[in-house]
This record gives sequence, C-alpha cells and structure tokens, in this order.
Amino acid sequence: MANNIPNRQAMCEALIELAQEDRDIMVLASDSRGSAAMAPFVKQFPEQFVETGIAEQNIVGIAAGLAHSGKKPFVTSPACFLSMRSIEQVKVDVAYSATNVKLVGISGGVSYGALGMSHHSLQDIAVTRAIPGLTIILPADRHETRKMTQALAKHEGGTYVRIGRNPVEDVYESDDYDFQIGKAVVMKPGSDVTLIGTGETVRIALDAAKLLEEAGIGARVLNMHTIKPLDEEAIIAAAKETGAIVTLEEHSIFGGLGAAVAEVTSTNIPVPLRILGIPDEPAIAGKTAEIFAHYGLTADNVQKLASELVKAKVKQV
Amino acid sequence: MATVAELQIKSLQIRADLLRLIHNAKMGHTGGSLSNTDILTALYYEIMKHDPARPKWAERDRFIASKGHSVESLWCILADLGYFPKEELATYCQFGTRLIGHPNNKVAGIEMNTGALGHGLAISVGMALAAKKDSKAYRVFCLMGDGEQAEGSVWEAAMAGAHYKLDNLIGFVDRNRLQISGNTEDVMGIDPLDRKWEAFGWHVKQVNGHDFGELLETLRAVPEQTGKPTLVILNTTKGKGVSFAENQPEWHHHVPNEEQLRLAVAELEAASAAIRAAEEERGTNG
Repeated sequence: MANNIPNRQAMCEALIELAQEDRDIMVLASDSRGSAAMAPFVKQFPEQFVETGIAEQNIVGIAAGLAHSGKKPFVTSPACFLSMRSIEQVKVDVAYSATNVKLVGISGGVSYGALGMSHHSLQDIAVTRAIPGLTIILPADRHETRKMTQALAKHEGGTYVRIGRNPVEDVYESDDYDFQIGKAVVMKPGSDVTLIGTGETVRIALDAAKLLEEAGIGARVLNMHTIKPLDEEAIIAAAKETGAIVTLEEHSIFGGLGAAVAEVTSTNIPVPLRILGIPDEPAIAGKTAEIFAHYGLTADNVQKLASELVKAKVKQV
Repeated sequence: MATVAELQIKSLQIRADLLRLIHNAKMGHTGGSLSNTDILTALYYEIMKHDPARPKWAERDRFIASKGHSVESLWCILADLGYFPKEELATYCQFGTRLIGHPNNKVAGIEMNTGALGHGLAISVGMALAAKKDSKAYRVFCLMGDGEQAEGSVWEAAMAGAHYKLDNLIGFVDRNRLQISGNTEDVMGIDPLDRKWEAFGWHVKQVNGHDFGELLETLRAVPEQTGKPTLVILNTTKGKGVSFAENQPEWHHHVPNEEQLRLAVAELEAASAAIRAAEEERGTNG
C-alpha cells in the first residue's frame, strides 16, 4: 500500500510523544533538523534540542557528555557523516565509555543517490559492527521506526540506527506487533529458502517471496532489523529448516548483513548463501529505485537468485 | 582550606609517586605527567567539589583529562585520595589491569575514557550543557595538551562552549611548549593561543601553571565573566620538578632508570624538606 510518511517523520512523532513524558530525552542535530524531519520536535521542545552546527565530531562528543549526565540524547545527522567523520567519537566517547547515546544516521544508504559517494553511507554497518558494545538497528518501515524509537528510549546503551530519506512501502499493517531489539521477525513462513532483509530491503524480500510462491517455492522472510546483537538463533533455524539463504542489503557486500549471516552459518551450519548488496565500487548515481535495479536489489532478481539456489540445493541432495 | 605550602608538598609527593609508577611499569608519559601534576593537585585537593566515598555524587564537579596520556599523575592522586587502594598502583600497565595508560572509567573517579586527543572538550561541553539544562551548580574542568590544540575537534567544541554561554566550563591548556617531536611552534604553530581562544568567545587567563598562589587565585575567581566559558593557559615546564627531565622532549615518555629515579626522588624530597623548613621558620617568626 502506498505510504507517504518517511521513517524520519515517524521517528520525530514518536520522539515528541516520548519527550512529553521524559524531559531527559533530547534531540541533537548538525544543521540537519530539516533533513532529519525534526523541526516539529524543535518547535515543541526547544529546551530539549541542541544544535551543534555542521560539526559531526562535536555532536557525538557533546551527546556523550549529555548522556553521562543522565540525558537521553538522539543524535540526528546524515548517516554518511555520522558513521565516518565522527567514528572515533562513536568508538571512544560512546562505545568505549559506554554512554547512552542514540546515533541516528538519517538519509542512509543511497538516499542521496544522485549526490555521489561522499553522500552515500554504504560502509556504516561494517564500521559500526566492528565496534564492541554498539547496538545496530535498521527499521523496515514507519511502523517499525515507531516501535524501535519507543524501545530505544528504554534501552540503555550506545546504538547506531540507520533510516532512509524517502517514504518506504509498509511491511507491517500497524505497529501492533512484538518488536524486540535483537530479535528477528519472521515476516513470512517458508521451508525452501530464506530471504533475509534489513531496513528498506525487507520490502523487496517480501515482494520476491510472493513471486517465488507463485512459482511454487516457499520462501521464509526474515526481517533482521537488528544487525547487532544478531539473532543467531533465527539464522541457524533458517539454515537448518530451509537449507539456503539470500541476504539483501543497501550496503557494501563487505562487512554488512550478508557477512554477518555468513559468519554465523559458516561456523554453525554451512548452507548455500548469496549476498546481495552494492558491489565494491563507488555506487552509480540515481534515485534509490534506479540504483537498486542497477545492482539487482529487486524482487525479480531475488526471485531468480533464490530459485537457482533452491535448484542447486536439490542437486546437492 | 589547603595552604599553598601544603599543596606544594602534596604535588612533590605525587611527582615521586608517579616516577616510581613509571619506573616499575617501564612505561609512561613522564614529562607530561610532571607538567600537569600541579594543576591536578590544585583541582583535586582544593578547588573541585568531590567525594572519594561517593564518586557518582550528582553534584560533584567533573574533571575530564582530554590529554589522557598524562594519566600517571591522575592515578597517583586518585589512589592518594582513596578512590582505589594504593596497592593497586603496582598493577599500572600490567596484564589485565584497570590502571591502563589512559583514564579508564572502570575506575572510580574517572568520568570518561579518554586518550584520543581532541575529544575531551566536546564531552565537557555536553556535561556543562546538561548542568545548565538541569539548573545544577556543578562545574566541568577539562585539561588539554598544547600539542592537542592542533586537533580540529578542539575548535568545534570551543565554538559550542561559547555559543551555549557555558560559564560552568573551565578549559586548561597545559602549555609546556613541547610535544613528542619537539617544540610545538616547530611541529605545528598554535600561537597566539590566547587570542585564538578569545576570538572563539572564551574568557582567557594566563597563569604560571606551577605557582599554586596564582592557580588558586584564578580558579577561586572562575567564572570572572558570566555567560562565557573560561580558558586558562597554564604556562608549564615539561618534566617539571626533575632537573634533568625539564624541557627535554625525549622525556615525553622516557622511563627513569634506577639511578635516575633515585636522583629525582632525592631532588623532590629535598624540595619538600625546604618548604617544610621555610614553613616552620615562618611559623616560629610569625
């Protein structure tokens, strides 16, 4: 169904509700309140908002200091800068010092597709995954963004969240479902192959599963909203019960969701695995859908890959 | 209230302690720790509101060691004050220790993990901002190195401190003019440091960083200007208190051998004895 509400707006609405109850909730922006869709929050809670100007190292350091003093800061800054320019502050001031800072990378992945590699964030999962102590979440739609924001307000600990700029089609009908940090959601049962998506690629996985179903292949769809801590149990169960996995991510094929899944399967239950993402090159310019199509992040291509995997699996047996 | 003489004697004791620490571990930042011992002594034994029995006390003043590598003086002071047992100092930089070569917040009395230069002031801005938001009276003291002034992030934080009018924030620059490769002005010039900080909106003071009279007078008067953070340039000597280590760049992390330790401790004890004698004489005359 068509949806006009981007995840950033859903997050702002959730934060406004939370901030009414909890005066320690704060939003920080690096001249990014507009792109983070946080203007309504700023208007309603000016005292709970901190502007740092275009200074991404500073915004993370300040947030760490605020958190150390009992505040619950949500840093909203473009993912491409937040996960790169300020990564040492993320590593030391947030993860190492164990401060309760929520880092929200906005306009993530190829949201700024036409602006070039400087504005793409396709390494953020790889970088943040290697930092001990960080939680990493990519919500799939506006409902999950809302659930996640509510969960994060209660969750103690440094967290990196990535959300995109544009509205994404819903994968949930409402926010009436069980969201738990670190627990994958089975979006659709299936026993022939598993499609694992995170963030905006969950929708693609669901669409591909539908095509596979029409072709007589039962695809399980896992929404791996939390990349760290990773739901290893759900991955091992998927490998055991379906025997083949395709991962889909708006990220470099190095070090992201696919790599994380491979680390689990290769040491526990090796199964055929295909990692679908952005290859090791500066991503081509264009709109998100165009870029996804270029690199095969489409329902059609996933269906094709998954069908091949299922065939190969049958041959092996 | 501690007297200048008491603080002088304390800082000489801490210097001897830190030299033993570094000698035993065979590693450490000797020069920088000797140059910041006096400001730390002034803060921890006189200026800051803190309680070793309640390290998380909400109203405590905060200290952030942005030049985290000069941690040896800090470890010795925290142990001396009872934040952790003195015996634990023997584990400094040993396998599995909490007392590593940089501040570690697993130890009571340490607020944040530091060590990567250019981080402390932004953290301090956040803490000072939180105090303002919560109408709390605590202050935040942040010690930076002079070599550290080359980090761009220092200046991002400087802008924010002035922008948010954080007069509860006091920054220090340990201006000993030496960094690991040589004179700061040869490596990457940072002068005129006072005018730079003034241009960034801070109230700037210059003091002799080894003169407790000047240090206390300045720190008791902070903030002199409402609505402005304060930056105190501590004119110091790297290696201060040990004649053969003073102003020697190689003593940045040179480790004293047995003989050097003996000589250094003898110098420090002689200085301490001289202060005691002068005090006694003053007491007799007065």
